[in-house]
Amino acid sequence: MIDKRVSEDEIIGELADGMVIGVGGWGSRRKPMSLIRAIARSSLKDLTIVSYGGPDVGLLCAAGKVRKVVSGFVSLDSIPLEPFYRQARQNGTIQAAEWDEGMLLLGLQAAGWRVPFLPTRAGLGSDIPRLMPDLQTVTSPYDDGETLLAVPALDLDVALIHMNRADQGGNGQYLGPDPYFDDLFAMAATTCFMTCERLVPTEELAAAARPETIIINRLMTTGVLEVGRGAHFTTCAPDYARDEAFQRVYNAASKSDASWQAFKDRYVDAPTQADYLRAVDELAASSAADSASNGTRPEGAAK
Amino acid sequence: MTPTRADICVVACADAFAEDGEILVNPIGNIPTIGGRLAKATTCPAAVLTDGEAMFVDGIHPVGAPIGTDSTEAWNPYRRMFHMLWSGKRHVMMGATQVDQMGNQNIACIGDWEQPRAQLLGFRGAPGNTINHRTSYWVPNHNPKAFVQHVSVVTGIGYDRAAALGTGGRFHDIHRVVSNLCVCDFETPDHRMRLRSLHPGVALDDVVAATGFELVIDQDVATTRLPTDEELAWIERIDPSGLRSAEVPQ
Repeated sequence: MIDKRVSEDEIIGELADGMVIGVGGWGSRRKPMSLIRAIARSSLKDLTIVSYGGPDVGLLCAAGKVRKVVSGFVSLDSIPLEPFYRQARQNGTIQAAEWDEGMLLLGLQAAGWRVPFLPTRAGLGSDIPRLMPDLQTVTSPYDDGETLLAVPALDLDVALIHMNRADQGGNGQYLGPDPYFDDLFAMAATTCFMTCERLVPTEELAAAARPETIIINRLMTTGVLEVGRGAHFTTCAPDYARDEAFQRVYNAASKSDASWQAFKDRYVDAPTQADYLRAVDELAASSAADSASNGTRPEGAAK
Repeated sequence: MTPTRADICVVACADAFAEDGEILVNPIGNIPTIGGRLAKATTCPAAVLTDGEAMFVDGIHPVGAPIGTDSTEAWNPYRRMFHMLWSGKRHVMMGATQVDQMGNQNIACIGDWEQPRAQLLGFRGAPGNTINHRTSYWVPNHNPKAFVQHVSVVTGIGYDRAAALGTGGRFHDIHRVVSNLCVCDFETPDHRMRLRSLHPGVALDDVVAATGFELVIDQDVATTRLPTDEELAWIERIDPSGLRSAEVPQ
């Protein structure tokens, strides 16, 4: 089997200022957060981020890496509004292309299929065409003659995705309830880097779950890197659930420049995943100790 | 058991789904979700419901708790949700930060698009939902900043926008707007929003004062019906912790 294992530094080294980067997952679910923090620590700038957005988008906005966001929404799921994306929008520091969620699927699919657009009714009549005037309509060449929105191909320079399992050749497997659109992101991109919870021998993929869970094949991927808890604090079911307590800490860090700086110093600037996880686990342990001394039960300890 | 205002809102949401038959009944938010499950338990047993993630689930489940895989009847991850909604077999009940007289909805932002005063959810699925299948709205706090003359941004399209599209708008169908004060519909010749029923105990003047545009008001305005005893029992089973009362206080 071909060996596509890469280091985090090698992945970041393949990125460049101004690139269009697609990020897999959905909201605060199965996001490649270790790579997102690595981008936040890098000198990269002026990126366009394409995402069913969550803290990936927010963190990169807070770190000043983003020129433009193309999204269907940016949300933390259990906290509906992403605080740092919200600030960036309200401060006017980024450009936003907010599409209908389904339009994003079609734009990624068009890029993967190498066609210039895919037609849809979604978006017509809404303010999307008015606010994003680069979007054009197309008239059906058949007898119906219907006018449809021509969703342009979302050609990505790079896609970043996180899977539950992968092999060193670049095949990837999700084990949670939803594949999201990670295969479409991978196929829309010139280059795709995949992190995974566990790198396993190829034969363990089909042994672990039905083969249709192997949605990423190695024709879609450029490099693969094992990063345990690489999606933290977003959910990576069934390996782990969303860390709601930590997500609240992230959300609260948006309150002031000082609170963001403190969060960035402690968590984002942690040089390795091991350093990051140590800081995360220290916080959880101190919260648990506080709760114990208050006579209340720490979150997540109920079961 | 005396029904609360929240119970009445739940039943009004359920009634919005009553005639849906075998389609995906897809309420968003606590009171619409309790209403959707109540409809499946009573008036619309053929309804298909989701677990809020990637599964269609059978049975009537308490709101706010995870639903086990033993209730799964089909797999419907996000990509297939788009396939389902583009096929039209769905009735969604969404929130609306703003809604206007023609049923245009805004959940994206308030103020100038380039630099909004308040960034909200984004467009989410609203444009695709409203142009493809039946859509209703739930507004837990009926006030003139929610029921507005003009929405800042049109996310879900109203009857005027749909009519302007000609055949492209043929699947558009805004069914009900349920609020903490009343139920509205668009059953008027020009599809302007009409007051369908006042919740018990709400005065007509209160609704008029809380609405930032002129509602169509019939000679005799109906009163939103009270829950039956059977419905109240179902509501207790579906919402034992009282999430509905947190959303609409008595």
